[in-house]
Amino acid sequence: MEIDPFIFRLSIFILSIFVGYYVVWSVTPSLHTPLMSVTNAISSVIIVGAIIAALAGSFGSIFETSNIFGFLAIILAAVNIFGGFLVTQRMLQMYKKKKK
Amino acid sequence: MSANLSASFYLISGILFILALRGLSSPETSRQGNYFGIAGMIIAIIVTFLSIGNFGIGFIYVLVFLLVGGSIGAFIAFRIPMTAMPELVAGFHSLVGLAAVFVAISAFLKPDAFGLGMVGNIHLASLIEMSLGAAIGAITFSGSIIAFLKLRGIMSGAPITFTGQHLINLLLGLSILFLIYYLCVTQSSNIFWSIVIISFLVGILLIIPIGGADMPVVISMLNSYSGWAAAGIGFTLENTALIITGALVGSSGAILSYIMCKGMNRSFFNVILGGWGATDQTSKAQSKEQKPVKSGNADDAAFLMKNASSVIIVPGYGMAVAQAQHALREMVDALKKNGVKVSYAIHPVAGRMPGHMNVLLAEANVPYDEVFELEEINNDFANCDVAYVIGANDVTNPVAKSDPQSPIYGMPVLDVEKSKSVLFVKRSLSPGYAGIDNDLFYRDNTLMLFADAKKMTEEIVKSL
Repeated sequence: MEIDPFIFRLSIFILSIFVGYYVVWSVTPSLHTPLMSVTNAISSVIIVGAIIAALAGSFGSIFETSNIFGFLAIILAAVNIFGGFLVTQRMLQMYKKKKK
Repeated sequence: MSANLSASFYLISGILFILALRGLSSPETSRQGNYFGIAGMIIAIIVTFLSIGNFGIGFIYVLVFLLVGGSIGAFIAFRIPMTAMPELVAGFHSLVGLAAVFVAISAFLKPDAFGLGMVGNIHLASLIEMSLGAAIGAITFSGSIIAFLKLRGIMSGAPITFTGQHLINLLLGLSILFLIYYLCVTQSSNIFWSIVIISFLVGILLIIPIGGADMPVVISMLNSYSGWAAAGIGFTLENTALIITGALVGSSGAILSYIMCKGMNRSFFNVILGGWGATDQTSKAQSKEQKPVKSGNADDAAFLMKNASSVIIVPGYGMAVAQAQHALREMVDALKKNGVKVSYAIHPVAGRMPGHMNVLLAEANVPYDEVFELEEINNDFANCDVAYVIGANDVTNPVAKSDPQSPIYGMPVLDVEKSKSVLFVKRSLSPGYAGIDNDLFYRDNTLMLFADAKKMTEEIVKSL
């Protein structure tokens, strides 16, 4: 019997939750704020869906309602990607060791 | 690009995201981790373009919108002051939530573009996934907006409660599930829109009863939601990168909420179901009786600290409000010149988001190896000469260890009272967020410094 591809995706999902669990517990508490901003940045990979939505059926009209929602989502996700990674970088630059 | 090839690349960007989080296990590897994250994102975006393979006019538009959003994001990232980090993160969460809603709407309107069937005949699994993604995304969006408004001070941080609140939330939550079921049966677009609208409402209702100082839990929780929303969309789009990321972010936010709740010794539901300060009128009334308090000025404080051999600084949200971190750092520099050993003690829930104090201290150039977490430093108070409490309150209250009647009983606190003397910078004797009196004010070894945190610290620097 063939396995539904959904089961594979579910497996990836559940295993990733476990990976996330162990990786996040190993994050040092002093970096919890950068952790939030970087998770925020990476969750904006949802832009992948936004791009597909924006370009859907673009051989004809590219400004149907569904495309417009796609373009709006691209802007929102792009704000997050650039904002999230850059602000994380800015914070991480500030963490310095004692000068010897 | 073939579907198999692009799926492999999405897997790679998923792995890079895992490495980005892994890097945060120490400040040395963290910057490299951030680059892994950026690389993962670039790969995901390029692969998406290649797999669509359409570089017409639409592609140009996508690039333009990408750059518009990107410039706004970059502008915000460079301009935002570090003290505004909690509201920035809340604001960013709302954007992820709304983007998830928009993608789900688009997929619902044009399922064929996503390979999910036809309008009016969308695959059952896809329909469940996209409506869940839209619902969680909408809750994340409106909830984060409320959190943003509260953190920004546009909306009062006081909990907003009314009778039947939890019942209404429960009913709305159940109605979302019922509507999703109904949507699967009828495929009606009206029902899809109802799900989105009710979810927006739930997000608002969920966050308004939660008070300002519980924001660390709220932000972490919304962080988690934004992950689950992304994962929901990831299932809809059958995209590995999104599924992995959603799971990572979802569990990350959940762990942070857990750590924050533990830092307050409260259950998650206790926080979510709202208002702490609002429920403790009785203990507030009791604290009205006058007790003797010793108060001092900057010169007294400077004298005490100059002659100490070790000082522990305990910062809290008040330091962020007063923007006192730079003055504090100057004070510590002056003390170090006098040969005083100085370290910082951070309570897990100090501030308005996880790690808030650490970022502010890092901004003021405090080396991170002088900053310690509660478990690491709590035993050192007994051997320290002066504890300088600046802007913290409830997290130092010894009542949490001694009085089982107290609402904060059992909450882990910093053993500040064990040090030889305590300098407590505070504007008045008013109780903190928990609405209870701090026993520490009336201890023999406590000297109250009644002033704004920044002003007092600057005056101490002068008299040093």
